[in-house]
Amino acid sequence: MISKEKTRELEKMARQLRRHIIEMTCAAVSGHPGGALSAADMVAALYFYKLRYNSQDPSWPERDRFVMSKGHAAPVLYAALAEAGYFPKKYLKTLRQLGSSLQGHVDMLSVPGIEMSTGSLGQGLSAANGMALAARIDKKDYHVYCMLGDGECQEGQVWEAAMTSAHHRLDNLTVMVDRNKYQIDGKVEDIKNIEPFALKWKAFGFNVLSCDGHNMKAIIEALDRATDFKGKPTVIICDTVKGKGVSFMEENPLSYHGKAPTPEEEKKALEQLCHIEEFKI
Amino acid sequence: MNEKKLVATRDAYGKALVLLGEQNPNIVVLDADLAASTRTSMFAKEFPERFFDMGVAEQDMISTAAGLAASGKIAFASTFAVFGAGRAWDQIRISVAYTRQNVKIVVTHGGITTGEDGASHQANEDLAIMRAIPNMTVIVPADAIETEKVIKTAALFYGPMYIRLSRGKTPLVYESKDGDFKIGKGIVMRKGRDVTIFACGIMVDKALDAALALEASKIDCRVVNLHTIKPIDKELIIECAKETSAVVVAEEHSIIGGLGSAVAEVLVENCCVPMARIGVSDMFGESGKPEELLVKYGLTSQKIASAVLSVLKRKL
Repeated sequence: MISKEKTRELEKMARQLRRHIIEMTCAAVSGHPGGALSAADMVAALYFYKLRYNSQDPSWPERDRFVMSKGHAAPVLYAALAEAGYFPKKYLKTLRQLGSSLQGHVDMLSVPGIEMSTGSLGQGLSAANGMALAARIDKKDYHVYCMLGDGECQEGQVWEAAMTSAHHRLDNLTVMVDRNKYQIDGKVEDIKNIEPFALKWKAFGFNVLSCDGHNMKAIIEALDRATDFKGKPTVIICDTVKGKGVSFMEENPLSYHGKAPTPEEEKKALEQLCHIEEFKI
Repeated sequence: MNEKKLVATRDAYGKALVLLGEQNPNIVVLDADLAASTRTSMFAKEFPERFFDMGVAEQDMISTAAGLAASGKIAFASTFAVFGAGRAWDQIRISVAYTRQNVKIVVTHGGITTGEDGASHQANEDLAIMRAIPNMTVIVPADAIETEKVIKTAALFYGPMYIRLSRGKTPLVYESKDGDFKIGKGIVMRKGRDVTIFACGIMVDKALDAALALEASKIDCRVVNLHTIKPIDKELIIECAKETSAVVVAEEHSIIGGLGSAVAEVLVENCCVPMARIGVSDMFGESGKPEELLVKYGLTSQKIASAVLSVLKRKL
């Protein structure tokens, strides 16, 4: 059981990540705030509760691995890595600028702590499987986590990879799906429906969990259940809201998939993210 | 020379993998339901715990190989050339090359000599699309002896590689295993002053045959095995062009984007000499016996000899 204090601390961190996302994308005048904001609570739970790592030794062989398959959610991962001490937070505002390490989509060679470069959707789960298979060969007990977008699950490779995870009974692998229900062109259900989503994962041989992707306690409980489960890989379908935490992005998720906030919008967004924090504490 | 010894490059690959597997516990091998054909089955038999048959899923295979490599493994991933290079191109680009992972994509059934399976299985474009990817090294060994050296070198070289082998048994162009193989360094197989024939893969043997046939006409051909398509041996190409003032390039690949293009790119910016290319025209292949297809699509020593005569005319 996680304490109330720890839960609150994680919620505070998630808000901090959201503030970084807004500031980074605004400074870059481009980027994908919507799908980064929806993943913020999950990423906070991973980096500040669940993952085993040493930010001063990014290639520590025993570390847990996290693969961000939805590579456009780069801002939330960069924010978490900076908060975790992989690199100074002052670099965050260089996102997407010429010469910056913080590429538009995650690049493992330019930023310490990133396990796999992504950006072309659908490839991350396969790579995560490779890492989980390597752990088995090397008899290491690290766990591999992979985050997918729900729109991303229209990619065929996701399901090729899901078959691989299940075939090898990779219980050292946990998939988290950021089920924010939107993709660039519209609602996932309107563009190409992925339902019955949980049943698909079940049919592909996964232990399927679901939770409210913005309820820290629920995310933590699901993650703990996932790593305790033996014999099958686990997927956690996290029900989320695209643009979570910023009212005008939540109300208009399609506009903020791949568009940065203006300076005026940034101010408004940061006020909201601060307000929520004060309200809760 | 009439009795040529024939050995399949894929057989040499399978044997080399087993040797490597014994020497290095970090070698892992993946295949996509073609292990018997690519000969990775030989490794699978010896080291089942380090072999992964990914089923009919080339994209998954390549990204999984990247994940294994990211965890310290040297991953050899094999399938047919069409599927490896074509079906999984984006996975090779992002998961393997962009990340500079230690993944060796070793494909068999390259080129038109895949034969009876027809156009769907004849990779005539793979070298072009692999060569275009940054960080990628592209190699086509000339025979089974060179294949063994290439595979051993690949295991020692850190980074992504695309190595293209053949389906059929092909003539040995080397008499012994002596001689070093160096990535990016072409090998002069025969000295000559009048013209240089650059070739890779099975066309090296045909280039040597053409050179022998042209002896009767007192034409002195130099033959160079450019086994590494990328990084191309720019120095050797320029040196040969300057010394022989005429060039023919022969490859079992489309005329677009492969070795011929790579050599032309070097020459046009450094030393323009008359040049001719032997390769498959801009068209798909078809079913047929490998030898029949080589004749129909113009990949013969006779065609190379004709090309030599044509560049020599332009030289005058």
